[in-house]
Amino acid sequence: MSERSILSGFDRARTGTRWSLRAAQGLVLVALAVASLGPILWLARASISTTQDTLRTPMAFWPSGVDWANLSTAWNQAQISHYFANTVWVALGSWFVQLLIATTGGYVLSVLRPRYAPAVTAAVLATLFIPGVVVLVPLFLTVLDLPVVSASLLNTYWAVWLPAGANAFNVLLVKRFMDGLPRDVYEAARMDGAGPLRMLWSVVLPMSKPILGVVSIFAFLNAWKDFLWPQIVLPEPTLQPLSVRLPLIRDTVELDVFLAALLISMALPIVIFLVFQRLFLRGAGLGGAVKG
Amino acid sequence: MNATLRWVRGGGLSTLLLLLPLLLVFGYFAWFPIGRAVVMSFQETNLVTDPAWVGLDNFRRVLEDPLFWTSVRNTFYFTGLALLFGYPVPLVLAVVMSELRRGRGLYSALAYLPVVVPPVVAVLLWRFFYDASQTGVFNTILGWAGLGPFSWIQDASSAMPSLVLQATWANAGATVLIYLAALTAVRGDLYDAAEVDGAGLWRKIWHVTLPQLRAILLITLILQVIATFQVFTEPYLMTNGGPQNATVTVLLQIYNYAFRFGDYGAATALSVLLALFLAVLSAVYFRLTRSWSTT
Repeated sequence: MSERSILSGFDRARTGTRWSLRAAQGLVLVALAVASLGPILWLARASISTTQDTLRTPMAFWPSGVDWANLSTAWNQAQISHYFANTVWVALGSWFVQLLIATTGGYVLSVLRPRYAPAVTAAVLATLFIPGVVVLVPLFLTVLDLPVVSASLLNTYWAVWLPAGANAFNVLLVKRFMDGLPRDVYEAARMDGAGPLRMLWSVVLPMSKPILGVVSIFAFLNAWKDFLWPQIVLPEPTLQPLSVRLPLIRDTVELDVFLAALLISMALPIVIFLVFQRLFLRGAGLGGAVKG
Repeated sequence: MNATLRWVRGGGLSTLLLLLPLLLVFGYFAWFPIGRAVVMSFQETNLVTDPAWVGLDNFRRVLEDPLFWTSVRNTFYFTGLALLFGYPVPLVLAVVMSELRRGRGLYSALAYLPVVVPPVVAVLLWRFFYDASQTGVFNTILGWAGLGPFSWIQDASSAMPSLVLQATWANAGATVLIYLAALTAVRGDLYDAAEVDGAGLWRKIWHVTLPQLRAILLITLILQVIATFQVFTEPYLMTNGGPQNATVTVLLQIYNYAFRFGDYGAATALSVLLALFLAVLSAVYFRLTRSWSTT
């Protein structure tokens, strides 16, 4: 971590440089606020406007009054509450499976290190280089008829949860983090008679909290954002999450109610982002570090 | 027998049991489907009768499809535009943000906010913004400056740039943060040394900052290309390939083969072709850039 950046303290002391820097930073702040917040604030405003207002004067502020009823109409009549609950359920399950696979897998490959560990690590790593699209159709056929057990996961949440667990990025991130933990702690725990499970639960997991936080937050968010895969494996409407349902209800409800539904669908991810901001921003930089 | 017993006593069994969830999930949902993709591209699969070997028929059908070259051209166009819009902007933002003494958290949060908006919500919202009428959201704003109205996604020539604009809005923030992390890792004494040699701002950026970011810039470039080649949600929900097939992408073709026409063989054949192309592209890219990324 350097204590200086491109401009030196000397540069910053010069009036001309200082003012150009301030101007550039002010400009970027305004641009970011307009570009990032603008569409979201517009949606927040439109979701409590009447359809007429939104269509005729999209940039005016409530010429015919605020219409709070849109939100409750969307939540109740358009059954957004139901699909919201589905989405929470999809995201929680995906989060749990991803965390389970990443912790147990990372633990075995990094800490226990059986003789076959390098081969498994290589096989996990290899899937990182296969573009997701290649497996789309074969994965669908696998979910339709699981080999050996010959069960179909179609129209069950397992069809979303289990494939989410096959995330090489998570496994490698956790493994790499555990690689950096001090190994003498394990030896001490082993001396005290801790078995592999005990060691995972009371030694490794507590020390891995930072990375598990990052994995959790991205697992949940990515499950919330996912569209193509749930649309393929959950054709039953009552099971579908918001992302699959929204394009379909676009034609069945009024515009103001639809925009309110869009706002409700983005609310939870944004709240989670604002609450766990630090975790997100650290994780995003970390993603680059692992990729690079 | 003794060896097995010793293996179990030594914790070999519990280790294997702990690894079992990973092996099962990756086996069923990663390794097996990858292998199956290759096999299926040479088979006719219809879910009713047993798959039959058809040689290169699937590939021939895909390549002879009049939409094949359209989709390839469109995908290249999308990727090219996405690089043009989305590659320099995050870099400039990150450089300006790295000069902040205070408030970097606010800038980062603002930059990252669109990334957490679910893509379906963002696409449907932008689809409304792109309303081609005089009272569309973007047309109203541009109308204040006396511009427009534009037809955005309704016109074959402006549809693809419109999709790219939305995709850039949705994804640029993640790249900004990756660059920002890399920028704060640049050693300060390199700038000190450049200043001793009399370098001004632009020469410091050109001779210190950019070379120090070279590795991360190269890797984000190829990752962005790989990701944009698989674009799906935007063309599917915004334009569904139209108008006049101007936004049919390779992934949309794959989706249509499999889930509209039930032609799983053609879908996997096209997937395999795309994967091969991306693999060759990455290999060539890393070979070409290896010599300049190690400095």
